[in-house]
Amino acid sequence: MPEYIEKDQSTDGVNRRGFLKCMAWAGAGVVWAMKDGVLQSRAFGDDTAALSGADFTFAQVSDSHVGFNKGVYGDVVGTFQLAVARINALATPPSLVLHTGDLTHLSKPKEFDTVAQIMKSAKAQQVLYVPGEHDYFVDGGQQYLERFGRGTLGTGWQSFDYKGVHFVGLVNVANLSNGKSALGVLGNEQLAWLQKDVAALGSSTPIVVFAHVPLWTIYPEWGWGTEDAAQALGYLKRFGSVTILNGHIHQIIQKVEGKMTFHTARSTAFPQPQPGKAESPGPMKNVAAEQLRGMLGMTSVNYVQGHGALAVVDATLM
Amino acid sequence: MQRFRLMNVYVAAVLLLLAVAIATVTSLRPTRADATSTNADSISGGDAVKLSSNSASTQTKATKQAAVAIDDFKFTPRELSVAVGDTVTWVNHDDVPHTATSKDDPAAFDSKALDTDDKYSFTFTKPGTYRYYCKVHTHMTGSIIVK
Repeated sequence: MPEYIEKDQSTDGVNRRGFLKCMAWAGAGVVWAMKDGVLQSRAFGDDTAALSGADFTFAQVSDSHVGFNKGVYGDVVGTFQLAVARINALATPPSLVLHTGDLTHLSKPKEFDTVAQIMKSAKAQQVLYVPGEHDYFVDGGQQYLERFGRGTLGTGWQSFDYKGVHFVGLVNVANLSNGKSALGVLGNEQLAWLQKDVAALGSSTPIVVFAHVPLWTIYPEWGWGTEDAAQALGYLKRFGSVTILNGHIHQIIQKVEGKMTFHTARSTAFPQPQPGKAESPGPMKNVAAEQLRGMLGMTSVNYVQGHGALAVVDATLM
Repeated sequence: MQRFRLMNVYVAAVLLLLAVAIATVTSLRPTRADATSTNADSISGGDAVKLSSNSASTQTKATKQAAVAIDDFKFTPRELSVAVGDTVTWVNHDDVPHTATSKDDPAAFDSKALDTDDKYSFTFTKPGTYRYYCKVHTHMTGSIIVK
């Protein structure tokens, strides 16, 4: 197993580190059930026990990159639509859908149009967004904020409560440093807001954080981490259950640190290489058409009130 | 007290940097002024005047072209020296969009989004060192040295 996911600093005696080693790179079809801070797994298809009795579920899609069209990745709209269709077909319909950024490839008005149209077909009560760098760098996030950031603060951050869970959407693609590092940045203003936002919450409140760039350092050489994430996580340390959902790296990597579960989602558009396994990040080369759908996907999360349990389920588009 | 002393060192360092920066700018200024005045006078014909012309359509044979390729999230060559009046063209060979954006504020040049195979050209009319980066992947950096 690669070194960079073996940084579990928890010393609470729960032996989940070895378990994570086996599971972190597992591909499709694994159910993650978190109960009282301990992860349990089930094979996909045998997930009913983990999912039944959920008070509500929510789904995550990420990195739809609408507008991208290259080789085997010529139908990113189709695969995005398929992901939403899969969400709509889930046994327990999700109450919310989170899109964790890179809605578009180049922030073109038409690309945003298509995203809006596809997300409209999601049957969830509400769809929430955070931007990726592809939604931000062209015009400083102007179109994104106008169309998908209504009601959010600053560069697009937000928080809300849903059935006892506190959701926080963070933006770490708006104030990138010019040449110092490739990492995401939250910035002081947002950090100050976050500190205030969670200050009044009881420590037993389950927290779900969603942001585009991972809030833990996966591979800094490729910008797969956030410069000032430690400060944000510091504000969340006292909570009994913190689930952090990210995108950006187009593959599943998970880690548990104390009561925090980190999870990155697959893209609905194209996979990226494993950290350091290619000259650079970007769409994976030499992917056969018949392999592709097994490398794309979406994530659903189930919450059981009173059990402190969140079950994270990843599914491919196969 | 310790902190105050440390602060003083910082302030001194910043002032020193500022002084160096001003000195650099001042030393560059005469050259820039010359170029502008040659351009403004435009009395005599000759290549020098045409070269420093701001009009993008005025392409003379004396103007040289130079290229920077973007491959695997790198600008190649990372450092490029050209003469005043030369045009540099960036070409993105990657499957993801990049930019070539000057780091100064306001940016002397900004390619905006370069999709796969997109090109961007900029003619350098003023000498200096232009450091630039990619706004999407901020660790990608390069510089153009204009003499």
